[in-house]
Amino acid sequence: MRHTISVLVENKFGVLARIAGLFSARGYNIASLAVSETLDPTISYMTMVVEAEDERILEQIKKQLNKLIDVITITDFTKKEHVDRELALVKINYSTKDKIRLEGVLKNYMAKLIGHKGDTAIIEAVGEQAQIKQLLQELKPFGIKDLVRTGKIAVES
Amino acid sequence: MTGAEILIESLKREGVEVMFGYPGGSVLPIFDKLYDVDIRFILVRHEQGAAHAADGYARATSKVGVCLATSGPGATNLTTGIANAYMDSIPIVAITGQVKTFLIGNDAFQEADITGVTRSITKHNYLVKDTKDLARIVREAFYIASTGRPGPVLIDIPVDVQQKDIEFIWPEEVEIRGYNPTCFGHPGQIKKAAKFISQSKKPIIYAGGGIISSGAHHELKTFAEKIGAPVTMTLMGLGGFPGTHPLSLGMLGMHGTAYANHAIMESDLIIAIGARFDDRVTGRLDAFAPNALIIHIDIDPSSISKNVKVDIPIVGDAKNILGQLLEEINKVPDTTDWLKTIESWKKKYPLTYKDNGKIKPQYVIEQIYEATRGEAIITTEVGQNQMWSCQWYKYTNPRTFISSGGLGTMGFGFPAAMGAKVGCPDKIVFDIAGDGSIQMNIQELATCVCNKIHVKVAILNNGYLGMVRQWQEMFYKKRYSFTTLYNPDFVKLAESYGAAGIRVTKKEDVRPAIEKAISTDNVVFIDFHIEPEENVYPMVPAGEAINRMIGGMA
Repeated sequence: MRHTISVLVENKFGVLARIAGLFSARGYNIASLAVSETLDPTISYMTMVVEAEDERILEQIKKQLNKLIDVITITDFTKKEHVDRELALVKINYSTKDKIRLEGVLKNYMAKLIGHKGDTAIIEAVGEQAQIKQLLQELKPFGIKDLVRTGKIAVES
Repeated sequence: MTGAEILIESLKREGVEVMFGYPGGSVLPIFDKLYDVDIRFILVRHEQGAAHAADGYARATSKVGVCLATSGPGATNLTTGIANAYMDSIPIVAITGQVKTFLIGNDAFQEADITGVTRSITKHNYLVKDTKDLARIVREAFYIASTGRPGPVLIDIPVDVQQKDIEFIWPEEVEIRGYNPTCFGHPGQIKKAAKFISQSKKPIIYAGGGIISSGAHHELKTFAEKIGAPVTMTLMGLGGFPGTHPLSLGMLGMHGTAYANHAIMESDLIIAIGARFDDRVTGRLDAFAPNALIIHIDIDPSSISKNVKVDIPIVGDAKNILGQLLEEINKVPDTTDWLKTIESWKKKYPLTYKDNGKIKPQYVIEQIYEATRGEAIITTEVGQNQMWSCQWYKYTNPRTFISSGGLGTMGFGFPAAMGAKVGCPDKIVFDIAGDGSIQMNIQELATCVCNKIHVKVAILNNGYLGMVRQWQEMFYKKRYSFTTLYNPDFVKLAESYGAAGIRVTKKEDVRPAIEKAISTDNVVFIDFHIEPEENVYPMVPAGEAINRMIGGMA
């Protein structure tokens, strides 16, 4: 099962490597990871989606993360009300005659056409993972050429 | 002050009296300062020896051990010793030189990304990029190494950081916002634990290395006597409770005593203190102690419910929590019948070996025990020598048994003995070794001789890598694949270094040789030619329930 957790860490070199190293050394899986600065320049914010078969493994992941000296606090969103988002950039096959059909798809999502060149258009979409997944399904008939996703970011609500 | 001077001054303020290490290009500024400072420096012959010596020193004295090596190969040679200290939660600070900051990442001569390499085998590590951070980092390193669950911390210092001249500012306080170890147990959990203990009929205390690192041995003894519970120890816990005490069951697990293993399997309450339910202790997990509730006291929350599900977790320092429990328990359980059962197991399944007139390794260790009246510091290598040392020497005081528990590092015992002897010069220090493992750090003979570190080494020489051979005998149809050793003449070898050597080939010469080694004012190697195919019993085959022991039953 996938769980979203956020980790506040010291904004120092090597911290990301410590976290990634912990996951690989102990055999845990990260499904996605997003790192950013915070209002406090000495702190970075990481949102990670981790795979844990059961509660025990999730507990271990949190405890092991907490053991890292550079980890300040951990929030597990599993049982907390929260908002999460992911950003996707999608390159699709496109010609101007597809315009109306595409707009019809996009209007149901937080998504927009941010430009096109030749036979390619780039679409930006923001949403929960399920929404992005659904949008991708609907874009499939156009022909998806390339896809980039940020991974989830989350905040307690 | 230069960075090198700041380092030395900071080490002195941390109370460092001795360091083990080896010079090289990237630590020259530090060595130049060491030339005229009153910290004792012990020049080893291989950096691995320095790390193990710092580890042995820390285990024997409870102080932080310090080792120092140059960049690249010097640093990578420390890594086995660092990993060893990490697995056994031993506080050491390893200092390494690094190439100049502007060369880092350029594959410079003797460059290795040692903070990268040691990330998973240190409690924390630092690459010092600016001299102004150095004093604070040294302060933090000692604090992190010695508090909470102790462990190794590495400080990597580039040459130019050692050379830069700045004002020295010593931080009086340590403030690390991500590091706040829990010291006292949660009062609610203590209450619950006390209730469980009062209601139990067959309690057992399972004590690990945490007893020793928190200095909880007095509290443990009072606690065990108060609740009338037998005490079994892990390898790391030996010495944490007197092996001579009627409530002691000795070590449990794969080569534990039969009565300890039966007791834990039959118990209705396990009180685990500073132990981590390692696979060598639990055997087959789903068959482990089926009727027992488990109270687990540990300073490291991640050790709790990692391998077995725990009913009452209590996070905190063992010494404090035992104090809290002693206050909380009013009603003690009646364990008379339980102790009678255990007594019958002790009679029925004692540790034993067959005396056939030849030199048995168990006999050698018994004789070392008697000759030193159980008061020596014993270090071991890894393998049969280690297991026999756990079984046949009764440790009555903490920090008198020093062995590589978690990592199982052959070559640990001799340099660890060296470190222990430096820390406790008035103690007799014996390394109980095998003929295989002694050769893994034998170069430290030179260090011991020239620094007058008079450790005694009892080599249980069977001409085999004994433990591997034992497994091959039992599980691989006696196909002794690469476990037969060609050995040097250990007596001549010792003598060539200026140490003393004694060869013992007859049983009646065992005790006199030990006495002679003790009275000889030198490093002594005793080469005991033991029964070659003697096995360690009892033994629980890997993956079996721990009451399914084979061998060694009277």
